Amino acid sequence: MSDHPSSAPATLHVDEHTIHEMQHHIRRYLIVGVALAIGTALTVWASLINFGSREINIVVALIIASAKGFLVAGFFMHLISEKKMIYAVLAFTAFFFTGLLFLTLWSMAHGNIIQIHNG
Amino acid sequence: MEIPYAVKPRPDTGLYNAKVGIWLFLASEVMLFGALFCSYILMRVNAPEGTWPHHWLNIWLGMTNTIVLILSSVTVVLGWASLKMGKFGHYKFYQGITILCALIFLGIKSFEYHDKFIHYQINLKDGTIADGHLQSAETTKDLIVIEGRIITPDKMEELYNPSLDHEGKLLKIPIGDIKIDPRTKKPMMENYGPWHNTYTAIYFTMTGLHALHVIAGAIVIFAIWGPLAKVWEQDPERYVNRVEVSGLFWHFVDLVWIFLFPVLYLL
Repeated sequence: MSDHPSSAPATLHVDEHTIHEMQHHIRRYLIVGVALAIGTALTVWASLINFGSREINIVVALIIASAKGFLVAGFFMHLISEKKMIYAVLAFTAFFFTGLLFLTLWSMAHGNIIQIHNG
Repeated sequence: MEIPYAVKPRPDTGLYNAKVGIWLFLASEVMLFGALFCSYILMRVNAPEGTWPHHWLNIWLGMTNTIVLILSSVTVVLGWASLKMGKFGHYKFYQGITILCALIFLGIKSFEYHDKFIHYQINLKDGTIADGHLQSAETTKDLIVIEGRIITPDKMEELYNPSLDHEGKLLKIPIGDIKIDPRTKKPMMENYGPWHNTYTAIYFTMTGLHALHVIAGAIVIFAIWGPLAKVWEQDPERYVNRVEVSGLFWHFVDLVWIFLFPVLYLL
């Protein structure tokens, strides 16, 4: 079974609808790009502010990074309008990644920590 | 017999083979980098109080690299959208910028690595530490010359958390003033390479692995952009798919850096 006969050169179907859709996409990509650049500047700015404790700085930086990550994955990688099978693959990934984080936190909470050389 | 759904999407999933393949690959990549991020958390949380370094990396270089990768991600999607509209020339222009961005990113990263490899911590016999960048042109067999500062034992936190505006002085250190390591019988003088401490180890591991991904992605994008560009003439749909798949990988590389930057440079 083949997608098309190998002897005949394939052509790309470009119609008015595709062009209109892509122009819409391009506007969106540019807006997301600017938002990511602003987010980067915001991350640096927030890191130089003393929120009272370093933990708050870490949380703020990770929230901004997560928002930027959502923009990249959602719009550049088209995850906001992807096929179900991709979501299924990513659901498994999210499950195992969460498990990995949980194991890390669990090991931290249950002692027997190795001595770490840091000097 | 040709492989089915290599170009056209499979009717029930709506996906062509390579797209399923790249997402499965990216899922494994999430676990790979996830494991490294978990290692980072463990090492950082368990580091003795006050010994986890801050401001060891140049924030502005890291920020520049972040902007460069964001720009490259934008040009990747603009290139793909151009191809979907049949504008091959536009695609060539945008992906050319992507490749340039990859080279700029790697250039800045190499500069940062070099900076760490010439940065030395020298333990002196009087208990102080000389910390700074080796001036190899002025250094001889008997005299080490660095541009940096002397850290006294009562201000050891300055070693891990240097102020952002500290100025370096030219320090000339006779080799005889350097403490001898009782284990190795060699002068206690070490650069900030991956072996220096847990921070530099995780920094070089994570950014090194990321840089390998940048190199791999840039090679693939370049191959599709240059030597394999003739596929556009023969089978444009297949070509667009290749650009899309390589673009997904590139965005993932950008995504990883978005988290690496604050974690390693800012926090």
